[in-house]
Amino acid sequence: MISFKDIVAAVLTVVGVLFVALTIAAGLIWVERRLLAVWQDRYGPNRVGPLGLFQVLADTIKLLAKEDWIPPFADKPVFVIAPAIVMITVLFSFAVLPVARNIVIADLNVGLLYFLAMSSMGVYSIVLGGWASDNKYSLLGALRASAQMISYEVFMGLSLMGVVLVAGSFKLSDVVEWQNRNVWFVLPQFPGFVLFLIAGIAETRRLPFDLPEADSELVAGFHSEYSGMKFGMFFVGEYLGVTLVSALIAVLFFGGWLGPVFGLAGWARTALGIVWLLVKTFLFIGFFILLRAALPRPRFDQLMSWGWKWMLPLALANLLVTGAVVMTMSK
Amino acid sequence: MLSLLRTFWEILKHTFRRRLTVQYPEEKPYLAPRWRGRIILSRDPDGEERCVACYLCAVACPVDCISLQATEDKNGRRYPEFFRINFSRCIFCGFCEEACPTYAIQLTPDFEMGEYKRQNLVYEKEDLLISGPGKYPGYNFWRVAGVEIGGKGKGDAEREDPPTDVRSLLP
Repeated sequence: MISFKDIVAAVLTVVGVLFVALTIAAGLIWVERRLLAVWQDRYGPNRVGPLGLFQVLADTIKLLAKEDWIPPFADKPVFVIAPAIVMITVLFSFAVLPVARNIVIADLNVGLLYFLAMSSMGVYSIVLGGWASDNKYSLLGALRASAQMISYEVFMGLSLMGVVLVAGSFKLSDVVEWQNRNVWFVLPQFPGFVLFLIAGIAETRRLPFDLPEADSELVAGFHSEYSGMKFGMFFVGEYLGVTLVSALIAVLFFGGWLGPVFGLAGWARTALGIVWLLVKTFLFIGFFILLRAALPRPRFDQLMSWGWKWMLPLALANLLVTGAVVMTMSK
Repeated sequence: MLSLLRTFWEILKHTFRRRLTVQYPEEKPYLAPRWRGRIILSRDPDGEERCVACYLCAVACPVDCISLQATEDKNGRRYPEFFRINFSRCIFCGFCEEACPTYAIQLTPDFEMGEYKRQNLVYEKEDLLISGPGKYPGYNFWRVAGVEIGGKGKGDAEREDPPTDVRSLLP
């Protein structure tokens, strides 16, 4: 029997996660520009509001006020639906993210598989957007995106299988509870962590793996023809993806909501757990931005050979060793 | 792999570097005295207009933004009846300053001349004239030029001998 209290709690969780995720994603526009500026000896946007925080608002108003233009040669329905897909799939993935103990929208027993499925769905947005634009640069970007996503998807899943093997569950809250009983997964699954991090960067199409966009080669890649809020959707979708991957790294390898509790209990402890998750997430978001500030973009063939010739075998080797260890331990 | 980590470290160190940005409206950059900015018309040390309306600046101007009309006063001194610079066209190349034989037209280290109406960028002579000699304090064209004007005859200029009577045979 579902009680009224449960419904209220569920609605609050959904609204809360949605609000926080979208706020962080929008705020990342400012965070990224400020951090990049810091690492390039500049200040970045610091004029609009305190510390330039209202830059996000100004950008949003600008994007909303822009003409919502669709090229006459574009495939209109697909062109319109494509940017929505990226937002939808990433927001769907947030459903399985355990925010704190017993606070999660849908604690699926196939949570990790669900996340991998959703992130694979995200590539449709880019391929369809690039195809519907009827522009050679968009199409090239979309082709690159699909090839890159498929290649990196493979070992992204495999890199997580070590965690799944050890924790014995696809459920994300089980993974965190295992880390609560034993040790954060970053220690026993260090190769898995590194592989997942690299795959996560490729999956969110962030530098140095931003070949689908590749501003210096392909104008703006798959979203060359997009402007106004449709471009904004791709933009926010990318930042949502960064937030999601950072949060997942925190949950899977760095203990999610775990951290010093300072003797707190009850709701205060839950709130502290959320704070710990946010802190860890933001550390990885910062790392994502540092990557952008530090590394150049590889050639496309380098990217592919790196993925297939190094990352995939390494992921398999990690899985093999983990499997062997788990087997001997369980005997 | 190690080089990657080193790259991250090098970039992270930039967090504490000095910012290179000049926070412009609050913090003004130093502009050299010869910086090419807003154009002015200067006066000689006696407080008279230096400009002799020779049109050389208007001719040198690659975008034709200077227009003027020459006239003479009662002493026979040439001066511009009007002198107009259209700053919406001006490219601040400084050719007018180089062309000027009397140091009258000069470029100054000032660039804050934004306007909301284009018409306001057309500067007339009274907007251009300043009260001082600008970058060349002691110079007075009429005092060194050999031209005869009211109050100064032939040969009266500085470092100038009285004119020779070329029709006389005497040494």
